[in-house]
Amino acid sequence: MRVSFTVNGSRETVDGVWEGESLLYVLRERMGLPGSKNACEQGECGSCTVYLDGTPVCACLVAAGQAEGRRVRTVEGLAEGDRLAPIQQAFVDAGAVQCGFCTPGLLVQAHDLLEHRPDPSDAEIREALAGNLCRCTGYEKILDAVRLAAARKAGT
Amino acid sequence: MEFLQPTTWDEALAAKAEHPEAVPIQGGTDVMVELNFDVRRPEHLLDLGRVAGLDRWEQNGDRLRIGAGVTYARIIGELGDRLPGLAQAARTVGSPQIRNRGTVGGNLGAASPAGDGHPPLLAADAVVEVESRRGIRMIAATDFYQGVKRSALEPDELIRAFWLAPATGPQYFSKIGTRNAMVIAVCSFAVALHPGERRVGTGIGSAAPTPIRAVAAEDFLARELDWDAPLDEAVAREFGALVGAAATPIDDVRGTAAYRRHALAVMARRTLTWAWRDHRGPGDAENPGRGAA
Ligand SMILES: Cc1cc2nc3c(=O)[nH]c(=O)nc-3n(C[C@H](O)[C@H](O)[C@H](O)COP(=O)(O)OP(=O)(O)OC[C@H]3O[C@@H](n4cnc5c(N)ncnc54)[C@H](O)[C@@H]3O)c2cc1C
Ligand code: FES
Ligand code: FES
Repeated sequence: MRVSFTVNGSRETVDGVWEGESLLYVLRERMGLPGSKNACEQGECGSCTVYLDGTPVCACLVAAGQAEGRRVRTVEGLAEGDRLAPIQQAFVDAGAVQCGFCTPGLLVQAHDLLEHRPDPSDAEIREALAGNLCRCTGYEKILDAVRLAAARKAGT
Repeated sequence: MEFLQPTTWDEALAAKAEHPEAVPIQGGTDVMVELNFDVRRPEHLLDLGRVAGLDRWEQNGDRLRIGAGVTYARIIGELGDRLPGLAQAARTVGSPQIRNRGTVGGNLGAASPAGDGHPPLLAADAVVEVESRRGIRMIAATDFYQGVKRSALEPDELIRAFWLAPATGPQYFSKIGTRNAMVIAVCSFAVALHPGERRVGTGIGSAAPTPIRAVAAEDFLARELDWDAPLDEAVAREFGALVGAAATPIDDVRGTAAYRRHALAVMARRTLTWAWRDHRGPGDAENPGRGAA
């Protein structure tokens, strides 16, 4: 079937989509956007997190056809041109990236948190990121990165 | 496979009548896992995500009618004050991403004994509104769950909404799991005080083939509770024991049957104690509440 939706601001149409396919598969394999990662395909790891109409969701659990006509924003759409989004810069600066597999999903989820809670408590950060697994960092540096991004946001 | 995408409820019912084997998909948090892992290959996927009105809720007389497409995130955000038990259960579902998509309608559709929506629905006497081209049926939650992942839904029927009254007394939900997010309940328990009727409702999850009420425990409280006095410790304990006895759990990877019975007894006693603290209000010295429970 044909599926058409807006990705990072541009309207895209793909043909030949299998009806049972996930939005994640369409993004990665048909639209050339491999930023969103495929790790579990069952909603457990959060590495496929994208915005769907402004709400973070697991792209692996959205049927491609459910995205028809909607707005999708992936990790590729967080930066403005060459300038990283503040949360991305904070991940780099805080050393919150090791293998990087969990990073795209965490960035989208943390980005959403800071949109709604510019100055989140540690408990709020943990709660917001509870659906994003990281096998490398032990999470401390990820928490540091979110705190850093929040502090920088408050400072500007 | 065919992807059916009705935009009205009538179209959705027509599609389900024409293709009774079609798999409805709402938030997709159960259905997509099955598709991704090749557990299911239905001929038709019936996307309900665009059906007008399914994602609304309204006050209808003295009850709330909540569309099958209302997400957990919205139940927490918009109905947390009126439906505290269901909202507490919703907060324990999966992760923020799952709660942004998953719905109570889908929880009912899946009818898993571990579904966290069910115990609070049972405790608060919810009714499920299902419909087909043949007509509407209002099914009490107690009659809705029929077996492991089996409900009273006929193949041509869809869940449109569920009905329940805004809380008239304290409600609590409690769930056992290995971490604070992303866990299927080892077992769970919901309690709802109905002070007007001097009655307490209960719901047990993940400790029987279906979600169930602890009827003997409810009857016991209806007889023994003194609604104008502090909670009698012995009554709370016996209530817990009766809740544990109501369950018919199994041993599995998540826990043993014995553990589940014990945990249910503890959760029932604690949630009743918390609810009673709220019912009696602050200053009830003999009912110190959460910390001491
Ligand atoms: C990572 C992860 C964590 C989870 N954690 C929890 C948890 O903690 N607690 C919990 O209870 N569940 C949990 N779940 C399961 C799932 O999120 C819930 O069951 C959720 O309520 C399903 O809602 P949905 O809208 O996504 O349903 P869908 O996946 O769209 O549908 C679920 C079932 O209901 C049927 N259905 C949907 N809508 C209708 C309708 N209107 N009429 C008839 N049938 C319908 C579908 O055909 C399907 O069989 C989790 C799932 C994942 C992937
Ligand atoms: S790949 Fe989607 S949550 Fe893991
Ligand atoms: S950095 Fe490797 S999984 Fe998180």
